[in-house]
Amino acid sequence: MSEETIKNIIIREEDDYIVNMGPQHPSTHGVLRLEVCLNGETVKYLIPHIGYIHRAIEKMSESDTYKQIIHLTDRMDYLSAHMNNEAVCLAVENALEIEVPERVKYIRVVLDELSRLASHHLWWSAFGMDLGALTTFFYGMRDRERILAIFEESFGSRLLHSFNTPGGLLHDVHPNFQKHTMEFVKYFRKKLPEYKQLLTDNVIFHNRTKGIGKMSRDTAIAYGVTGPSGRGSGFACDVRKVAPYGLYKELEFKEILHDEGDAFARYMVRMEEMEESLNILEQVVDNIPEGAFTAKMKPIVKLPEGEYYQRVETARGELGVYIVSDGKKFPYRVKFRSPNFSNLFVLNALAKGGLIADLVAISGSLDLVIPDIDR
Amino acid sequence: MKNKENFKAFLAGLLPYAQLQDGKQYNELTVSLDKWHETAQKLRDNKEIPFDYLISLTAVDYLTKFTVVYHLESTSTHDLIVVKTEVEDRDKPQIDTVSDIWVTAEYHEREVFDLFGIRFNHHPDLRRLFLEDDYGFPLRKDFKDEVNIIELHN
Repeated sequence: MSEETIKNIIIREEDDYIVNMGPQHPSTHGVLRLEVCLNGETVKYLIPHIGYIHRAIEKMSESDTYKQIIHLTDRMDYLSAHMNNEAVCLAVENALEIEVPERVKYIRVVLDELSRLASHHLWWSAFGMDLGALTTFFYGMRDRERILAIFEESFGSRLLHSFNTPGGLLHDVHPNFQKHTMEFVKYFRKKLPEYKQLLTDNVIFHNRTKGIGKMSRDTAIAYGVTGPSGRGSGFACDVRKVAPYGLYKELEFKEILHDEGDAFARYMVRMEEMEESLNILEQVVDNIPEGAFTAKMKPIVKLPEGEYYQRVETARGELGVYIVSDGKKFPYRVKFRSPNFSNLFVLNALAKGGLIADLVAISGSLDLVIPDIDR
Repeated sequence: MKNKENFKAFLAGLLPYAQLQDGKQYNELTVSLDKWHETAQKLRDNKEIPFDYLISLTAVDYLTKFTVVYHLESTSTHDLIVVKTEVEDRDKPQIDTVSDIWVTAEYHEREVFDLFGIRFNHHPDLRRLFLEDDYGFPLRKDFKDEVNIIELHN
């Protein structure tokens, strides 16, 4: 093994001044260590060190049935837990050619968009706080709480609900689900202007984010930066549009694109996406048809031999699930292409040459969730 | 490209040496190891359908060989293809890097190196990503964890 071991090959100059940001730094939102090389206050380069919470989800999946894998996917991007579940479910359903009931498709879209909103709430709270605006945290959490209450009512858990199963849902939603979701949409429509007043129109915030961390469209594509971060650079990568799944084909919504590519553009994409999510919710919530909450499934799912790839848009970008099956009840190999993994490594290109204070703004605008990087 | 036949003809014209199969979902190309770097360059640089977005890069261990799997998309036409290369030497698995073609490959390749022990030639910074230097390669099917011995069989 020692021959195979590769030494650290980054050659540093002798007078390089290295500062470690993390692994417990509040602005990294998780256990991520950034090795930052400084020249005064300017960042010369930075190297992300990951793996602090590597839980070998891909290896564990190889000895789990498909229904068990769902519970592992929750723990990757915990803020997009529902979308992560859906990726595996869709892969299994497509492989077995199962048509899920209409009701399931509608409920899944509602949950997708509620999760996206809750995730963007948390991002908005934390992003403001990173830049010194503590009030955003209370506003964002206040609204996120309403969504989590809807989740709790129907699934009993607030964050990692593992509510999707291959073929449909674990059980039916609470009778008040539609009513409370609609109430939330009306409530949040009124509250969204507050976000604008508080942060979007704030001059200090503009100075901290405009022109900071410029990413061109080509850089975004080359690094595979997807989700709102990629769309802030004009890279049309919304999987809901590019490769529609579930009900998204039939819905009317815009793909939000901004061309500036700076931290403020990434911020604006997410703000407009919140509005778009509300639009989608309004189209869907009242029209959830009656019917079964799951298709007929065998207790143990076995996929036919072959390879399956399913793409899903999470709150942070494109999640891909690649399943290789050998016909048994356990998958032969599962690979999760997680959006944050690709999004993280563009950080060096964006922060190089900027100030260390801007590094916090840039990493905040990329909206990283560290467990999703490590998996 | 909307027409499936046209798309296949385009791929056959661009890469006459590659094996083209109809996958269940996407078109699949299999390329030999020595032609891989050249193929990658052609796939990204062609004028008609430039595959400029590397979605995913991973490997599968089949015990007799490793298959390295690339998922590529063209951001202009939204065509997706799967490209595979087979690495047969298990003792010293090697393949050319494509990090000079798609930057994101640099980190995906480090991940594959970390978990499978496949070395990428000419890689700018091939270090382990998650695990320690003396750890084995856990996603290999013959990997045995001596500390936490929990084994499940199909």
